[in-house]
Amino acid sequence: MSCYQTLQDYAFRAFGYGERLLPRSDFTLCEQFTLIGSGLLWNIYFGVIAVTTGFVLANFLALGKNSKSAWARKPAEWFIFLFRGSPLFIQFFFAYFLFLSLKSVSSIFNPLSSAWAGALIVLFLNTAAYSAEILYGALRSIPKGDIEAADAYGLSGWTRFRRIEWPTMMRLAWPAYTNEAIFLFHATTLVFFSGFPAWQQKGDALYYANYFADKTFNPFVPYPILAFYFILLTLVIIAVFGRVNTWLNRHLPQSKRPKLKFKPNLIR
Amino acid sequence: MPLTRQPCFLSPVPIPTRFTIFSFCSDPATLEGIQWYSCYLTTGKHLAFYMSFGTVLLLLAVTAPAALLFGFGGAMAARARFTPLSWLGKIYISVVRGVPDIAFFLFFVIALDQGIEYLRHKVKCPDWDEPIRQGSDFLVCSIAKMPLGDAPQWLHEAYGFSLAVLTFAIVFGAFAANVLFGAMQAVPHAQIETAAAYGLSHRQTFWRILVPQMWTYALPGLSNLWMVLIKATPLLFLLGVEDIVFWARELGGSKTAKFTAYPHPDWRMWYFLGLLVFYLVFTRVSELVLDRITTRLAHGQATVDGEAQRKAA
Repeated sequence: MSCYQTLQDYAFRAFGYGERLLPRSDFTLCEQFTLIGSGLLWNIYFGVIAVTTGFVLANFLALGKNSKSAWARKPAEWFIFLFRGSPLFIQFFFAYFLFLSLKSVSSIFNPLSSAWAGALIVLFLNTAAYSAEILYGALRSIPKGDIEAADAYGLSGWTRFRRIEWPTMMRLAWPAYTNEAIFLFHATTLVFFSGFPAWQQKGDALYYANYFADKTFNPFVPYPILAFYFILLTLVIIAVFGRVNTWLNRHLPQSKRPKLKFKPNLIR
Repeated sequence: MPLTRQPCFLSPVPIPTRFTIFSFCSDPATLEGIQWYSCYLTTGKHLAFYMSFGTVLLLLAVTAPAALLFGFGGAMAARARFTPLSWLGKIYISVVRGVPDIAFFLFFVIALDQGIEYLRHKVKCPDWDEPIRQGSDFLVCSIAKMPLGDAPQWLHEAYGFSLAVLTFAIVFGAFAANVLFGAMQAVPHAQIETAAAYGLSHRQTFWRILVPQMWTYALPGLSNLWMVLIKATPLLFLLGVEDIVFWARELGGSKTAKFTAYPHPDWRMWYFLGLLVFYLVFTRVSELVLDRITTRLAHGQATVDGEAQRKAA
């Protein structure tokens, strides 16, 4: 079987298109590259949607945590503590079994017990909590002078927030937020190992890498392929977030713009 | 050792050992309310579940120093003057951190196991002429198996656990190496220059000047790492160790009266809620303790924290 044929059969296997049966024996390098790459589409799906939606919620949570009113502050603080203080792996398990029992309440909840919706919700809430902590930290470290200048110009309330505080917060938070995004993408590999079933063997990159490692009993081929894909994905994320970073700091001269550094030091 | 990730499921006969803590537990069918729960929560399997929390703590107690050791080695390698060694250290740090940690866990457990068996095979059976990889089999001579085929069960479990510890140490060692490398760079350069001016050798400078001073700079990163390590412990389950996740799934699944004296519907959600609370408490307590340590270490240091303490006093 040529590699082109394999590509046709398995390129979108992770979403259920193409050949139904996975290869069973005599695995070629091409099959491993194709299937693991196909699974990577799931990681991208989870990552992109969770990061974009989580970002919105994170903004509200950060503002809530910074709020003077206890009614806004306490829930935000508890939410952030709940999701940052416990392992994502356990959160996945708990959510899955919670969704399973909701299923018996009403059929509206049926999609929640499959990975594409259920795991996505967990990832969304989780990244919202982590990002909110980063944004909150940035919000607290906005230079005092910026606020004073805004006051001097007669800006206040919503205008001051939109024109001065929020952009500065973004600029300060962006390098750390980049790392958070990278780690969220890495965390998406947990989904199919934590209760959520890979229905009809439609799994993510790690699911297929694990499949090959189990079948061949040789971890030295599929896992390096997975690593290759993830390093590539990490580089793409850094490139995209780097563009945003440049755009955020477009008012600064080239030499003064803060550089993005890949400095991962938080995993869940 | 074949990796057995599948747990052995409940045997279709009621548990033969009628070990009970309370005397009224001898006939569970007649119990109700509080008594039922107190009997249910003290069955042999539940005691094994409680013991597995000990497994988690043991893992943390062994892994934390091991990871620190790996990290120290990695950081020393990364700042070595011998270029290939420094590349090796830097590659170790960046590759492990650039790839999802769970992929490394799944990889290292098999890779380490096969590596050990391969080395033993080379030493113990030099006359073996068949290839080791035959299709999808990994064949070594029987006396090179780890642990030996006739070894008792506890040895298999201990071997599995130590593989898990080693895997954790390798992965988190890379993170610790990054923190320690940064801390070593953060020690003011004047200190090193002064040491050189006093005629200390490179090695003496490292051990007497750099290492004692780097800990203040490393502490924030290391406490972050400790929290990360706590939150990584449930991944033990993926390495085939019978940990809390394994038992929560096992005990929580719905049981019919045919298989157990304590039938109940699917309670896995509640078991995992329990685990969630356990981890929340654990991380909160760690946070408070680490805060106190940070405050104590900052005392008398020329940092913002230390200065704030001096002013307050």
